[in-house]
This record gives sequence, structure tokens and C-alpha cells, in this order.
Amino acid sequence: MLEDKDRIFKNLYNDFGSDLNSAKERGDWIDTKNICSKGRDWIINEIKISELRGRGGAGFPTGLKWSFAPKEVGSRPHYLVINADESEPGTCKDRDILRFEPHKLIEGCLIASYAVNAHKCYIYIRGEYFNEGQKLQSAINEAYKSGLIGKNSADTGWDLDIFIHYGAGAYICGEETALLESIEGKKGQPRLKPPFPALVGLYGCPTIINNVETISVVPTILRRGGKWFSSLGRPKNTGSKIYCISGNVNNPCNVEEEMGIPLKVLIDKHAGGVVGGWDNLKAVIPGGSSMPLIPKDICETIKMDFDTLIENKSGLGTAGIVVINKDQDIIKCMARIARFYKHESCGQCTPCREGSGWMWRILERMAKGECSKDEVDMLLDVTKQIEGHTICAFGEGSSWPVQGLIRHFKKDILSRNNFNPLVKKDKNIPYLIDQHLLEK
Amino acid sequence: MAIKKISKIQPDKFEFNKNNKDIANNIIKNYPSGKQQSAVMPLLNIAQKQNDNWIPLAAMKYIAKYLDMPYIKVYEVATFYSMYNLAPVGKYFFQVCTTTPCMLRGAYDLVKVCKKKISENENQLSDDEKTSWLEVECLGACVNAPMLQINDDYYEDLDPTKLESIIDKINKNEDPKPGSYKGRISTEPENIRKTLLGNKNA
Repeated sequence: MLEDKDRIFKNLYNDFGSDLNSAKERGDWIDTKNICSKGRDWIINEIKISELRGRGGAGFPTGLKWSFAPKEVGSRPHYLVINADESEPGTCKDRDILRFEPHKLIEGCLIASYAVNAHKCYIYIRGEYFNEGQKLQSAINEAYKSGLIGKNSADTGWDLDIFIHYGAGAYICGEETALLESIEGKKGQPRLKPPFPALVGLYGCPTIINNVETISVVPTILRRGGKWFSSLGRPKNTGSKIYCISGNVNNPCNVEEEMGIPLKVLIDKHAGGVVGGWDNLKAVIPGGSSMPLIPKDICETIKMDFDTLIENKSGLGTAGIVVINKDQDIIKCMARIARFYKHESCGQCTPCREGSGWMWRILERMAKGECSKDEVDMLLDVTKQIEGHTICAFGEGSSWPVQGLIRHFKKDILSRNNFNPLVKKDKNIPYLIDQHLLEK
Repeated sequence: MAIKKISKIQPDKFEFNKNNKDIANNIIKNYPSGKQQSAVMPLLNIAQKQNDNWIPLAAMKYIAKYLDMPYIKVYEVATFYSMYNLAPVGKYFFQVCTTTPCMLRGAYDLVKVCKKKISENENQLSDDEKTSWLEVECLGACVNAPMLQINDDYYEDLDPTKLESIIDKINKNEDPKPGSYKGRISTEPENIRKTLLGNKNA
């Protein structure tokens, strides 16, 4: 278990207040000038040594991402964009950073902007987080007033302006290129990659996009050294991470813990255990709704880091842990997630726009026990038709949870939906999902 | 994708008031020159706040002229994002999160209360035309589930009786207190906190 002195977010529970003075007491903004004076290459190298991986879901190495930005500023300015469009069901870590540790984020913005040669930084906050955005804005105003950002930010000789851009309730804008489209004042529909945003991003200029948590840990890493950060966790899965534990636990909470902490410790120790005891556990979604669920027997031993979860056919994602116990109907839970994806699909790619609705409707019928046994395999086939056939990762995000359900709980589904197809095979309409209606 | 219904009753005219014009001009300055289209989302938001929490078509036309962009592009944005209301909603607009983490902790019981105390259907004004409600997707406060949003504020750790008392307060023209209804300050584990114990509230 992580010791308190190694926790980065000391104000995670708002014990101190989020104003500049108390942030300084916690160690923010001390010697930012000194960090920047060591130069870009040192900063990027130190982040590479720390093996920090992006905290937004994909887990891309941050140092590597920064090194993709062109070394010299050409005719086009560089931008830094912070992704605070936190909408993944089960995740609420960025909200606490925005409202309780805004100065960690702002200082991180300054260092990251310096490292990638950006003079302008946009923070894209989801529209629902209006109050959190106001808190961040007042922290930004404080920082401007004290000369920490603006012209010659914190005496580093670097000019930086930070602007907040509010979203308006679109999950897809958390995808980095959709987010750029949204800042440009368009519908949030993802762009084809390549070209990657590091070369052609916001307004066609080189743009580095990072999650709130990623940027907020940067100042502490640089102060305490990349080696310190990489000493936590295990190689390639280093550092600490804010875990959000929600669902059927006695005391849902956010907690900052070491990477690779056993899931059982997180649930039992920090969240007060599963409602009805550990034996009442049905399944856990380990990384926000996009990640496949894992059943109880895997939960016993699994450690929460990127690579271990991938080995178990799931993923760490945003570390939003949703605990589901046996009092719940697991098929209905997944049907509700499928409805979420149906609602949030941006409608650009056909497999996702149509498929997400199909998955939802099939799962709703499965929850009621109205499906034939063939339809379980058909549902799996539908998910495979979506996965990998879309511009962005939303296709994977919507089909993986359904695949996880079928992988681990096929027996449960079949015990409820165990009759032969109503429509005989000779009609041969393999993808008509409402087949049972033909007979009625 | 969600279906959006546009109100049949539309005002003829819309214009920002003096104060909002200043705010709008300041927002446009946040973006590089020539990229004023970026300000369309904040401006739609201002229009929504000025016009009793919904955006009429006249406002979209006005914003299109204001930012020198085609009307259809503004219309596209306004219909794409779910937070823009294109038909009148209540002065107190309840948005109940019912996505899985909230559902597991009883969000549909809150929906039942809304149906009973506000109106039978989503987006239907209550009898006194003061409140309306809507089921929405994840609002990003899963640890404080079940929760709902009334206008800009989050109301967390609810149960049906607590929600009923909130609605009663609103009906009595009092403003209910936002935040957790279990006495939590933030997202800390209730009663069994094991981390950051040196801090003053632990």
C-alpha cells in the first residue's frame, strides 16, 4: 500500500482548500523556474525515465507523445490541449483534480507547454462540470495575478495563456480528434488518423493532447525525479493512480494508490467491501464501462495495472472500478451500458451507429428472456463487425463490454434464453434482429 | 444517437443583452483571429442561459451572423450536443443520471420519484410549469451515486426520500443545498478512511 508521503494528490478529499496559498504549502509552484531552466530535453527525458503512461484510458507513454511534437516551431504555432471531458461511466477522478487540485494542473500545463513549445493551452471541460470549471477558472485567475502564467510565466521566460472551453454533453468529445473538432466549433466527430494531432491537430497546427491526471502528476515527478515515480508499481506500469470504486460496495470512494495494487485490497480495504460480503460478488468492470468485465474468480487475485489486465482480456482504462454483486441482473447492467453507447455514438461510421443500437436492443430482449439461443452467437458476431471497423476507438469501447459478458456469462444468458429460433433457417435473414416479430 | 425535438413555438427575434454581448466578445478573443467559429459552443450556452434554459432557432441565426458562419453549421452543433435544449424546459431542470454505476445504486428509484412528483414523461413540464426532468447518461460523479443535476448543481448520495424533500423545497420556492446528502465533503470513503490521515478533516 502506498504511504501518505508518496501520494501526489494530497488534497484529493479537499481537507485544505484549493486556493493558491494552500497549494503552495502542499508544494505546488515551488521552483518551477528551476525545473524549466533544465531544458526541454531534460524534462522529456525525465518523463520517459518515469515511464508515465497516459491516464486517460489508452495508456500511451507520455514522454514518447511529447517527443512527437516538432522540435522547432515552424510557421504554425504549437498547442497544448488538456482533455477534461471525463464521461466514461465509472470514472470521476478528473472532477476531483479540477475542483481540489487545480494548481497541480495549471503548473503541469506550464511545464508541458514549455516542453512542447506551446504558448496557448486549451482545457476542454465537459459542460456538466460547470462548477468545477468555475473553480479552475478562479485558480487560473489567481495564477495570472501572481504572474505564474501569462507573460514570463513564473520567471521562466515562457509566455503561456490558458483558456477553458466547455463541452456540451457529448461523450465522444473525449476522443482526442473529436475534441479538437469540438474546440474548432464543429460537431464532435473524430478525424481519420494519420495525420496524428502531434503534427496536424488544432487549427491544423501541431497539438499535444493529454488527460488531466497525466498533466497534474508531471510537476511532482519532475521535483522528486523520474526514478522515484518508476520505483512505484512494476516496470512499464509505474507510479500511482487515482482509482474510482463505485457500484455495489459499502463505501464508494476515490483513492490514490500504487499501480498494481490487488483489486481485492482496493475493494475490501478502501471501499469497505462488497455489499453482502465478498462471496456476493458477481463481476467487476475494472476500467470504466468500455473495458470487458472480469468474473469473481479472476477478481480474487488480479492486480490493477495496464499489462496484467490486458493479459486477462480486459484493460485498466481510466481505472473506474464498477462492482456488480449477485443482487443485480448482470445482463440488464450490460444492456444499460449498451444503451449508453447507442446514445453517445456520434453517427459518423455505420457499423458503430447502427451496431450500437442493435447490441442494445438484443441485450434488452436477452434481459427479458425473449431471445433464441442462436442469438447469443449472433450478438457476438455483431460485436466483431463493429470492432475495428470504425474511425475511432468507440467501436471497440462499445463492443468489448458485450464480448466480456458473453465470454464470462454465456451460461447465464443461455439459461434465460434457451428456446429454438422462431424463424426457420430457410427464411435466411441472418441479421434481422427482430425475427420474432415476423411470426406475431 | 439521440433524437432531438425542436420546439414548434418559436420567438421571432433573439438578441444578446448588453452584458452577454460583452461576455461573448471576450470569449471570441480566446481563440486565434479568423477562428471565431470556435466560440459557437460558448455562445450557444450563453443564449441558452439568457433564454430561460432553451435555444430558439432565432438565436442560432443570430449567432451564425455574430460569428460570420453558415446558419446550418450552428444548427448542426446545436442538434449534436445533448446539453442544448431546443424546446422549453422547466426553470428547475432535473437531469437524473441512470447509467450503470448509478443504476446499481438505485437511480431508477429516483426516476420513479420524478415521475410521481414532477411529470409523467420526460421533458414534460410539471403542472406549475416550474420543473421538468430528463434521464441522462453518465454525469461523472459515479462515486457519489445515485445523483442528479438541477441546472448547474450536482445533488449527490441521494435516495427517494431525500429527492422528495428536494422537490418539496423547490415547490416552496426555497433553494435546496447542492452537494452530498450523506454529509460527505467530497469522494472520500464514508467513516472508514484509511489514507491521508494527517490531514485536518480525517
